[in-house]
Amino acid sequence: MAAVTALRSSCRTAGRLTGASEDRAADPPSKHDTHADLPPPLSPPGRRLPRAGGRAVPELPSPPPLSLPGRLSPPCRSPTRDGARAARQPAPSVPRDPRFGITGVLFSGSSKKIISKFYSFALLEVCIHRVRSCSGIRFIKSKYVCVFDKSALKFSHQQRLFRTSAVSCGQIVQFKLSDIGEGITEVTVKEWYIKEGDSVSQFDSICEVQSDKASVTITSRYDGIIRKLHYNLDEIAYVGKPLVDIEIDASKGVSPEEDVVETPPMSHEEHTHQEIKGHKTLATPAVRRLAMENNIKLSEVVGTGKDNRILKEDILNYLAKQTGAILPPSPKAEIIPPLPKSETVPAAPKDRAHKIPVPVSRPIVFSGKDKTEPITGFQKAMLKTMSAALKIPHFGYCDEIDLTQLVQLREELKPLAQIRGVKLSFMPFFIKAASLGLLQYPILNASLDESCQNVTYKASHNIGVAMDTEQGLIVPNVKNVQVSSVFEIASELNRLQSLGSAGQLGTNDLSGGTFTLSNIGTIGGTYAKPVILPPEVAIGALGKIQVLPRFNGKGEVFKAQIMNVSWSADHRIIDGATMARFSNLWKSYLENPASMLLDLK
Amino acid sequence: MVLQASLKNCLQLSCILRTPKVGFRSTTSGSLIIQSTSDDVYQNLAVEDWIHDHMNLENRQVLFLWRNSPAVVIGRHQNPWQECNLRLLRQKNIKLARRRSGGGTVYHDLGNINLTFFTSKKKYERMENLKLVVKALKALRPQLDVHVTDRYDILLDRHYKISGTAAKLGRTTAYHHCTLLCNADKFVLSSVLKSPYKGIKSNATPSVPASVKNLFEEDPSLTCEMLLDAIAEEYATQHQTDHHITLINPADETVLPGINNKTKELQTWEWVYGKTPKFSVSTCFNMVYKDSVLDVKVDMDVKHGRIEVCNIDLPEQWLPPAVCSELVKSLTGSKFCPNETTTLAATLLRVCPQDAELQSRWNLLCENMIMLM
Repeated sequence: MAAVTALRSSCRTAGRLTGASEDRAADPPSKHDTHADLPPPLSPPGRRLPRAGGRAVPELPSPPPLSLPGRLSPPCRSPTRDGARAARQPAPSVPRDPRFGITGVLFSGSSKKIISKFYSFALLEVCIHRVRSCSGIRFIKSKYVCVFDKSALKFSHQQRLFRTSAVSCGQIVQFKLSDIGEGITEVTVKEWYIKEGDSVSQFDSICEVQSDKASVTITSRYDGIIRKLHYNLDEIAYVGKPLVDIEIDASKGVSPEEDVVETPPMSHEEHTHQEIKGHKTLATPAVRRLAMENNIKLSEVVGTGKDNRILKEDILNYLAKQTGAILPPSPKAEIIPPLPKSETVPAAPKDRAHKIPVPVSRPIVFSGKDKTEPITGFQKAMLKTMSAALKIPHFGYCDEIDLTQLVQLREELKPLAQIRGVKLSFMPFFIKAASLGLLQYPILNASLDESCQNVTYKASHNIGVAMDTEQGLIVPNVKNVQVSSVFEIASELNRLQSLGSAGQLGTNDLSGGTFTLSNIGTIGGTYAKPVILPPEVAIGALGKIQVLPRFNGKGEVFKAQIMNVSWSADHRIIDGATMARFSNLWKSYLENPASMLLDLK
Repeated sequence: MVLQASLKNCLQLSCILRTPKVGFRSTTSGSLIIQSTSDDVYQNLAVEDWIHDHMNLENRQVLFLWRNSPAVVIGRHQNPWQECNLRLLRQKNIKLARRRSGGGTVYHDLGNINLTFFTSKKKYERMENLKLVVKALKALRPQLDVHVTDRYDILLDRHYKISGTAAKLGRTTAYHHCTLLCNADKFVLSSVLKSPYKGIKSNATPSVPASVKNLFEEDPSLTCEMLLDAIAEEYATQHQTDHHITLINPADETVLPGINNKTKELQTWEWVYGKTPKFSVSTCFNMVYKDSVLDVKVDMDVKHGRIEVCNIDLPEQWLPPAVCSELVKSLTGSKFCPNETTTLAATLLRVCPQDAELQSRWNLLCENMIMLM
């Protein structure tokens, strides 16, 4: 406790000292100049900080519960970025930069080593809070600005949190085009991945530039919001000159105090360095909990943090070594930034899901977003067709067909067709039988004109076959089935199928259909309710072939190959009786394939 | 035998390739030579992406050797309609891929070898890599007249291009890849790389056509395997590493986690065609219909591979204006792709008045429109 009170007083000192140095700043005035009206500094939820006069002095904040994304500065950023950051680095808890320690020492005077480290953390919290209240801690900021201008690539992800949060809000930094190598001085901007107003995180791709056969992806060095693009597409950009302006760490997204969720406050002890089993292991409570859940002795884990602090990554590494598990590589957002974020956000809580008892008041965070896209291409085609089909009053008629004999026949004929280079499925038989039926009931192969005055009986039986391709539904048709043999139909089907899957069907193949069959049974299903494709007047949907028990003429049960058919027809010109008789005829041809021979032309 | 893959090397590679970049603390720092077991252009390009994204190349360099079954590979910022004969590609089942590096269009087949030099961004040095290749060739066949030009091409006999180069630089890593013509089909090469599409105005990177020659024509005893081996040997010597070529299977998720997603992404329409920089098509064609010849003028703006603006100028009343405007409306927003246009055209035919004359005119117009894509 004594340590804590010492800390508190030091914090106050720190606060005052940093406040005093503001006068020395020589920067453009920030938007929020008054420190009298400071909004209370942000803190992890559950902690309401007292307003102490004009200066808010924070109590020692404790790290937020593990479930919240982001650690020391949770509410300042938009949820997606939080999630992204949480996804990218699981749980760095304390900064490793010795600079922070030095800053601490500057102010603490006679503090012990432990307290100074902790204190630097606290000091940082102070800085963060003060900065967030936008009073502009210039001197701290200038330190960090130096840091930015050096190669920021040296810093690990963990430090990024602190660095960005310590800079005052609304500062616009000009991100210059860095050296590309080989003495290149100018490049052409080929593609922008972001636009003005977008928020970016460090290492997000900003643009693609090209120079003499080399394509370079420029990634952001900062977190912030893009304020200006200095070049348009195909313009020449110069190395060393500004590429974009980024507003760093804007204060939007700061949740007001009122939204703080009440969770039981954590005791100070949990935050201090604990002695466990005689070893002094440094780790935050979150890391300890993870170790405990996985039955890992912290003493056995090699800490890679500052002063051998154990980080969550160390626990995971340790686990990986134990189980030989492969660590997922860090997702690099090169092409489509949002995609890897959404993939990895669920990964973090998943592995703890069955270990931690869920606290009652935990808010459920779901960072998925609705996606709206215009309807184009195949979907548009289907939309137009089906909207037109709405005008047709449909009626349905279903039946079941015993294909036992047909199955046998096909087995015999398949090798013969194979020799001729054609794959024989059931469809050619269904199509030919349908054509034979249409000869007897030509009204099913007709078309009703726009004004519903005349019916045109089509001479050709161009039977359409619904095909499911990668892009969607497409219905090519086999022309003149009435004069084609089963084999010819089969080879034509082969041709249409290969063209369809390659996306190379022509308009001729896709137009002129008069009747359609849809073999949805290859995917599954029994009965369906197909929609007629205008300008046709009938359609049939074929279910899957199932082996079912049926009674034969002698009353014995036998194994039958049963398929269901569902017809739909235009009730303006076709009546139920016609459909039923057509279906019966079609059924009789298929149940007794030899009878087709009688009527083949 | 060129392809030596000891089990030890495989394991080593899998450990190396598996460890994420952030936590990479391996003690081995030798350079690596790997060869792909696949000839699928998408898988091989995905391997390049994977190494670029996931390997730590601070202290090591990697040479990746690969060959592809017939494919046309366009540069990152190129326009496939300008660069190659897409109709011919579709007919001959030749794949089209867009790589992530810049540069021009190349034709790959099994008679062409590809070399990718992976380094950290600081050690990115294309000239050195190409000089290495030339040195290897000269060591193999001293009488070959090969040299590197300023444009990073390798010329044979001072005149024929046998290698083209492209490069990609990321945040910390970079790669430089180049081709080498050993025994490719020059006839197919020249026919697919000739674009029949007219009236395209675009800021996409153009390719510089060059006369090419196969090394095989210069010396019929050369094979791809010999070239690969020679280059690997030279690389091993220069980088003081074992002349051991480790084989990798670009479909193996355990060695290259996440590789199949990368492969899929490279095959999507959005990547191959959708990444084309904005361009416009302004052309006219003649249609012969029943003893009369009609002039049709078409203007289209295509962005992200989709038709943004479409304008068709037909002779007066040849098609009912309602039908024509329906076509234009449907095309707007849809992909600049023959398959989609065909489907849309067929659909529109269904819902417009059923008149044989109208239908045949419509079909004729649509066929011609599709020829533009």
